[in-house]
This record gives sequence, structure tokens and C-alpha cells, in this order.
Amino acid sequence: MANSIKVLNDKCVGCGQCAGACPFGAISMIERSEHPKKFKLAVIDLNKCTYCRTCVEKCKFNAIDLTKDASQAGVDKSEYKGVWVYAQQRHGEIAGVVYELLNEGKRLAKQLGTTLSAVLIGDNIKSKAQDLINRGADKVYICDDPIFIEFQDDPYTSILTQIIKKEKPEIILIGATNIGRSFASRVAARIHTGLTADCTSLEIDPETRNLQQTRPAFGGNIMATILTPGHRPQMSTVRHKVFKEAKVEEGRKGEIVDCKIEVDTLVNRTKFLGFIKDSSSNINIGDADIIVSGGRGIGKAEGFELLEELAELLDGAVGASRAAVDSEWIPYSHQIGQTGKTVVPKVYIACGISGQIQHTVGMNSSDIIIAINKDASCPMMQTATYALEGDLYEIIPNIIKEIKSVRCN
Amino acid sequence: MNIIVCIKQVPNTTNVQIDHETGRLKREGVESIINPFDEYAIEEGVRIKEKACGKVTVITMGPPQAEAILREAVAKGADEGVLVSDRAFVGADTLATSYALSTAIKSLGSFDIVICGKQASDGDTAQVGPGIAEMLDIPHVAYVKKVESTDDKTIKVERMMEDGYDLIESSLPVLLTVVKEINNPRVPSLKGKMAAKKAVIKILDAAAIGADTRKTGLNGSPTQVMKIFTPPQRTGGEKFTGESNEVAAALVKRLSDLNLI
Repeated sequence: MANSIKVLNDKCVGCGQCAGACPFGAISMIERSEHPKKFKLAVIDLNKCTYCRTCVEKCKFNAIDLTKDASQAGVDKSEYKGVWVYAQQRHGEIAGVVYELLNEGKRLAKQLGTTLSAVLIGDNIKSKAQDLINRGADKVYICDDPIFIEFQDDPYTSILTQIIKKEKPEIILIGATNIGRSFASRVAARIHTGLTADCTSLEIDPETRNLQQTRPAFGGNIMATILTPGHRPQMSTVRHKVFKEAKVEEGRKGEIVDCKIEVDTLVNRTKFLGFIKDSSSNINIGDADIIVSGGRGIGKAEGFELLEELAELLDGAVGASRAAVDSEWIPYSHQIGQTGKTVVPKVYIACGISGQIQHTVGMNSSDIIIAINKDASCPMMQTATYALEGDLYEIIPNIIKEIKSVRCN
Repeated sequence: MNIIVCIKQVPNTTNVQIDHETGRLKREGVESIINPFDEYAIEEGVRIKEKACGKVTVITMGPPQAEAILREAVAKGADEGVLVSDRAFVGADTLATSYALSTAIKSLGSFDIVICGKQASDGDTAQVGPGIAEMLDIPHVAYVKKVESTDDKTIKVERMMEDGYDLIESSLPVLLTVVKEINNPRVPSLKGKMAAKKAVIKILDAAAIGADTRKTGLNGSPTQVMKIFTPPQRTGGEKFTGESNEVAAALVKRLSDLNLI
């Protein structure tokens, strides 16, 4: 049976609520002169409809009938048990997002009455296993081999797929880092299961054990809750700083499983030739708790020196809008927004940034937004937690002075 | 060198406005554009072709009106456009999209490099590129910021990472997903615009590419959208006006009360 959706002509009063609510613009209202009260009629364009149910919930007259296909060919879900976290390491260091995933994974595992495992792939990384156990992993699968010294999609995909097929977890959480986003899609495609990107909330439906994965789309303008109802494992990538880090419990007991690596089963069609460190910034803007960001209103490259001074004082990083990057005041690696990075710091200080949607999609999940701008009517000033009206070249030096004096006392 | 560039038609969010009463995107009059990241993919494909000779084919999956972005890509230097369009593809998630596009690419014959933008600006998943590579059984490199060199068997690229970049060599055929830093897309030339007008866009349906419709569209999508909602909008907070030293002091007091300093 396929999915079907239809408008019940006798119930539709032509109010247009559904058309306004449809996130895909799939509903239009047409005239129907034959109706005794000249009500309009909602018409659904099946080329655009994704059967998301938004219109059904919006309609007060039960005039939209939606039947979803529940018979999708899937797998025997009862064979799949346990929550996994991919413990990403790069250059031998565990990524910060892993500790956050362990915290969230622990919560999900508890709800499901199952265990939490971590998968660690790398070269000479056995010593990191206890670290993961201390952060809540009940079991750590280690894939330790020189072939894994640097991240390459082919061997990492092969090994993770092999152990998933053998151990059959029901949920796998992966950090939405460049590494995670690159090879998780490959793993999901090889296993033929669902993968949901950049989840910001994860909940279990106790009845079906399905993971309800909520994520932003359209640059954060809408949120969607996604299910993988018929396939296992359910795979999600999660951005850094969305969840709280797991606490360390020294000497916690856990099981360490040394996975057997059959190197000849790991196809590798790429060669790693080297790594060149970005020397322009000490702090990765994705990791910073405080970001001082500059836009068109900075006016010149030298202006970023002032932002750097403030950022350094706050132990934060410097970001920028596209306007500042395009003016070549600061390198692209600092760009935040639609064509740059997405950040979720505790405090985001927007200096001379008007707040166009292409910029705000990259930062509007920050806890506190501080805007400094001459124009009090711009969107950034209108939506900021704290809006400071005035010349940033006067306000910022005063903020720096003030912070120093507060700290001295 | 046969180069395939995968592109997507997305709503232009440059001028998107939120309806403050309903909290939803105003869609009326929102035009459709080439996904901004795909502009870099098209440009890189054209640049590789200009150096190594060969052909650039742009391909998209979407409704009939997606033909417009294929013509635009031709105006920017691509040689051919292929529209993969069928009712059976509607509602596809990233896996079903990867399947349809990879099946279409296979049906076009041999290729050396497939290029995608790093992600689409509407879905933001970055999953379709690597998914296509997997289904084509070829290697991929994501987040490519520079193509250093190519010959007929290998390619050397710089892969952007959070802490710098990796230098990766891959055998061909390969799939690359590219970031903004890789190039500055050209403006269409007059000759390009003429070519775009004249271009014959090939339209392929599920049968033409030999797709198994159990694997396409909603049928082939392991993920399902359970619900869609509008997140609470940020509303304005406290405003500080006055002399700059007073404004600064008031802010620092707030931050130190919150233990942020």
C-alpha cells in the first residue's frame, strides 16, 4: 500500500489554514462556484507533498485524510539491541562531542533498558578506552590498526559496517563533525538504514522503541521530527555542544572488546598525504563557549584586532559574517552562517552585524546573544538578549576596560 | 575527462521572511535557485574540464520546473543537463535520493569525477554526496577546498577539517563534495546564455534509468517525517542605550551576575 492523502470536499470550508501551514507549499486554494456558500477548496499538489501530516493537524474540520504506508520492508527489529556512540578521535585525541553523545546515549540506553557502548577506531588508541568507560560507556569496541592512523572514508566505513553487522545495535550516535558527516552517510547507505543529520533532540517512543530525532531544516526556520520506523540501526549525527558532557567517574568498570581487524577486507582507494594545521586561529570556533563576531559594521581589517582582544580576554574565539569575509578582513575559516559554520556558543557577541537570515541560521541557537550596533532597528538588535546601541569602536574598548576592572576587584 | 555535477533546486532563502503572526516562512513569491553550494561544484567541474578537456554533465532530481537550474548551469559552462524526474521519486530521503541519482549516473555511461556541493541549503544534511559515492562503489572525499592536481588515474585534493586541512590522493573515478573556499564562480557569459537557451535537457524517468521503484521516493526511504513544527522565535531582550561607558558597564554587570566573566 502506498501513502495517500486527500481533501474531503464535503468537509473543507476553504479556510486556508492548511495552505498557510504546509512547509512545502504543496497546498493551494481554488474557487468552487458550485458550493452553496461559495467556499474555496484546498488542493494538494502530490508532486510537492511529503505526507508530513502538518496540514492534517492544522485542519479544524477533519477535512484532510492521510494514510501512511506502514508496511515498509524493513528488518527484524528485535535482533537489534544497545545504544552505540562513535568515539571519534583525530590525531589521537577524542573529540569533545563524544563525551556529550555518551551522556545522551546513557540516558537513551537507560530508557530502553539496554547498554551503552562506544566504538573507537584509530592507531595506538587502546589507552583511551578507560576514558570512555569513565564517561559512561559499558563496553568499548576497539579497532586498533596502523591503517586507521588518519581518517579516510574507505577503511573507516568498512570497519564500522563490519562491526555493526556483527553486533547489531539499535541506535548509533555520531558527532556531526566533518569526519562524522562524511563517513556516517556511507555507512548508512552500505547497511541500508536511515540517517538523520544534525539532531538537536532525541527521545524514545516507549511503545515502538523508535528514536524520535528532531532537527532543524530550512536553516533552522522549521524543525522536523524524523523516525526510522522499519530499519535498524537508527543512525543520527549530532552537533557539538547540543548536549551536556558526561561527568567523569574515575575507575568505572566496563568491558573492552578488541575487534579483530582483517586488513585485506578493508578496501582503501585513497591515500593520506599530510595534514596542514590552521595557524590563523588557536581556538576552533565550533568549540568556543564565547564567540566575538564582526560584520560589515567593522568597516576595516584592523577592526578585527579589537574583536580579538575582547575574545582573548573572554577566552573565546573570533567569528565573522560573510560580508566581513568577502571584504577580506578575515579568513573564510571564521565565517559563520549559511555558507560558513554553524555555532552554538554560550555567548555570541555580534558586533556590527545586522542579522540577515543567512548569518543568523548559523548562530541563533546560541544561549545568549549580545548585539552591538549603531542601528537599533536591525534584526540582530531586535532579537538579541542584550542589545547595545552605539558605536562599537567606543563600546568595545569600554567593555574591555570594564571586564579588567571587575576582574581586579 | 567525464565530469558529472549533481545539483539541487532550493527555495531562495536570501529574502525569506517570517510571517510574524504564524511564525512560518512566507513562501509567496519565493523563487527557486541553484543550491548556493552547488555553484562551487559547477564552477570546479568547468575548471577541471578547461584544464583536462572533456565534458561536464549537470544532473538534478526534481520536479519538471527544476529544468531551469540545469539551463543556468549550462550558462555557467556545463555542456549538458539531465533532469531525473518521476512521480516515483517524490518524498525521497537522503538514501532514496542517493539511489536515484547514482542509478541515473550509471545509466549515463562512464565518468571520472562526480562533484557535489557540500550540502543543500534547505535540508542541510550533507548526506547525499557520500551516499551516491557508496552506491556507485567509488571513493569520495568530502569538504574539498582545493583540487591540487589531476591526471587520468588519480586526483589530489585538500580536505577542509575543523583544525586545518588534510591532503588526500584518490584513485579515479571519485566523488568530491566541495566547500565555498574552492573557487569564485563565474558570471554566465553571453555565449553561455545563448547555449543555455538552445540546450536540450534530457529528461529521464524511473524506467529510463532502470530504477527499482521500491527503492525510490517514499517507498525507498528508511526515514519518515513524523511532524514538522516552527521553533519558538527569539524575541528581543534588554536594550541598553546611552553613553558608551555606561552601556558597557551595564552589560558587564549582567554578564558577571551570570558568572560569565
